[in-house]
Amino acid sequence: MNIMLRSTLLFFCLFGLLSCATDESNTTTADDDSNPSAVDFDRSAMLEHWADALIIPGYDQWNTELTALQMAASDFTMNPTETSLRVVREQWITAYTMWQRVAMFEMGPAERSDLRLSVNSYPTNTSQIENHILEGGYDLTLPANRTAKGFPALDYLLNGIGTTDAERLAVYTGANGTAYQQYLSDVITDLNTLSNSVLTEWQNDYRTEFISNDGASATASTDRLVNDYIFYYEKFLRAGKMGIPLGVFTGTPEPQTLEAFYYPSLGNALFLEALDATQDFFNGTPFNGTGTGPSLASYLDTLNTVTNGATLSESINEQFVTARNAVMALETFKVEIEENDPPTTMLNAYDEVQALVPLLKVDMVSAMSIRIDYVDADGD
Amino acid sequence: MQRALKKYLATYREAAPLAVFRILFGLLMAVSLLRFWSNGWIEKLYLEPNFFFSYYGFEWVKPLGTATYLLFAVCFLAAIAVALGWRYRLSMLVFFLSFTYIELMDKTTYLNHYYFISILSFLLLWLPAAATFSVDAWRSPARRFQRVPAWTIDALKVLLTIVYFYAGLAKLNSDWLLEAMPLKIWLPSNFDIPLIGSWIASETAAYLFSWGGALYDLSIPFLLWNSRTRLPAFIAVILFHVLTRVLFPIGMFPYIMIAVTLIFFSEAWHRKLLKRSSQLLKLPAKDFDNRRQFNFKSLRIRRLTLSVIAVFLMLQLLIPFRYVLYPGELFWTEEGYRFSWRVMLMEKAGYAQFKIVDQSSGKRFYVDNRDFLTAFQEKQMSTQADFILEYAHYLANHFSSQGHKNIAVFVDSHVVLNGRHGKPLIAKDVNLLEYENSFKHKPFIQPFHDTIQGF
Repeated sequence: MNIMLRSTLLFFCLFGLLSCATDESNTTTADDDSNPSAVDFDRSAMLEHWADALIIPGYDQWNTELTALQMAASDFTMNPTETSLRVVREQWITAYTMWQRVAMFEMGPAERSDLRLSVNSYPTNTSQIENHILEGGYDLTLPANRTAKGFPALDYLLNGIGTTDAERLAVYTGANGTAYQQYLSDVITDLNTLSNSVLTEWQNDYRTEFISNDGASATASTDRLVNDYIFYYEKFLRAGKMGIPLGVFTGTPEPQTLEAFYYPSLGNALFLEALDATQDFFNGTPFNGTGTGPSLASYLDTLNTVTNGATLSESINEQFVTARNAVMALETFKVEIEENDPPTTMLNAYDEVQALVPLLKVDMVSAMSIRIDYVDADGD
Repeated sequence: MQRALKKYLATYREAAPLAVFRILFGLLMAVSLLRFWSNGWIEKLYLEPNFFFSYYGFEWVKPLGTATYLLFAVCFLAAIAVALGWRYRLSMLVFFLSFTYIELMDKTTYLNHYYFISILSFLLLWLPAAATFSVDAWRSPARRFQRVPAWTIDALKVLLTIVYFYAGLAKLNSDWLLEAMPLKIWLPSNFDIPLIGSWIASETAAYLFSWGGALYDLSIPFLLWNSRTRLPAFIAVILFHVLTRVLFPIGMFPYIMIAVTLIFFSEAWHRKLLKRSSQLLKLPAKDFDNRRQFNFKSLRIRRLTLSVIAVFLMLQLLIPFRYVLYPGELFWTEEGYRFSWRVMLMEKAGYAQFKIVDQSSGKRFYVDNRDFLTAFQEKQMSTQADFILEYAHYLANHFSSQGHKNIAVFVDSHVVLNGRHGKPLIAKDVNLLEYENSFKHKPFIQPFHDTIQGF
């Protein structure tokens, strides 16, 4: 009896220790030796592939395009002509398109600097911009100025301040021209500062931090990036680029909320680039490359599912193709929305884009046992 | 038979097991409530949401705003009073009512073990658990009894037996035994546990845990009843619950289950435990040993207590089987799923997008669920038809009050169950407002087109 009493107490103590130990292991990263692959899948190899083949090259290229944009802008301010204005616009398109490749990676350095909101908050606030230009003394790093900077502000400054290039050039060479030139160059400098710091952080310490955090807790890199990825697809790609302008959530179309509103033909291209980027991420297709790598798709293929027939990764890829084809068949988003009431064709395309959300958010995540919108509560 | 029953009902045992049970129960409840509070869950679960899902018939039970903290405080104090055995009947009643009220406030937080606590506290309400080693017994010699009817202790054992055995029965299904689902999905995410992580992630482990878990649940209560197998069985209880604590986020439940299982130990063991603890705390243990047998205040009260407990245990045997009254696959429809000790049987996730149609203007739009629900509520809602229906009515009220007329509510739902491909739980073209919540079968639930054999 005595022994039983004592062993009971001992068990309770051990028990407490064990539970403390597991609480800790949720927050610390496991060392490499004790971290073998789950069901023959190596999460750290996937993280390494994401960092080295998709994220860092993507940021690097985006940074290069922004440097080129800065040079084009400085050429333009030294010698403002319709031609040099067009060069700036072309480079803006290239950099904006490149942004779509990295917009989904909002974690680590990007998350700390609120990159997505700083770079691409639209619709841009034109009166705020005009006000800054008129009065000077603005600080673009302030959160309140997010709607007056980034690519959407450049959209206004390059396309929206006149209906022809001659008109636009006149603004930059007119009475208040230097102030406009200054603002254009400040917005571009701000973009460069942001991209530089994010790229540098990734190249220095963050890559190691990202790859070594290869556990399975809610704060592990895989779980966080998958959450971010799905959040991006749902909120920014599906809702931001299509759903909100279509009025899907209100019943009233709002074409003024379109991305690249002043350059309507670009909206579709930006959407398609972003869609390609999310599919490439899913398949682990390297940046500027082809084929696949360790990725969500290959992870899914190693996991167990009960069903026969098409694998989940095949179904997801098929839906990516269906969505892309539906969007490619559309006129520019602005035309679709403004000239059709209701904009049925675009709504149908939206439904195909939407159909990926449950596949990613429910089927994929459930199979991987990753928790979405991590909820801190007990289970049964 | 009748004589045997009569004899059994007249058997008396030491009151010590009930006292130990009462003290541990009260203390663990107090700790659980404190933990709940300090995790910020009162705020997060009961103050932040704008809308709460109700149990059918209990729509009037809602969080009380800031006074919800008071409710938790009352429940906490009642738990302490139960542990002390101070005004036991009253404190147990307050605990039972306040705890059950808390659980009824939002269906989102339903857990089998919260239900277990509720019904256990109901049962305790009828038992003489403060007969010894309590403030009540210490203060009043008239209420001090060393011995209680055997059936008052056995009632607790029977309830525990039902819980374990039914949990085991529920595991006897084809997904659990033949596919090792959902453990095959859940265990691999524990690959980062030191030393055993890689093995736990393997398929062998999933099958071993599935079969082992079912066998454990089915056999453990009987091994605990039997004095010769009791000690190894209790060690198994500890190992099992420690393991589940390590692998899954189940909070205080393992500790509670280990503590309540002690009731199976002998009278002598409980007496010894009380003696030791009172020596440790320098309490006068001897005073409680007065050899008196517990009497009910009257024969009528005894008969009432016996009938209530008998009916209560009968209901516990029947309620888990109510699902046979519903058509369709239980795991898919979840009609009759709750209150049945079906734990950890499903990896179920869903997505539900609601479409509001103003039938007067023809205007239609989708709802962003996060405007109305928390992430936790949305998660629970999207896989369960009764949640979906209640939420649809809530949305209709909300948008009607905004001036929309003649509203229809549709849902585009997508649910995955134990690794199967996702499919709609509810047909897209059903106007949910044509249905009201009830205990009746919900005909708008889509067929599962698959069978999960078993209980």
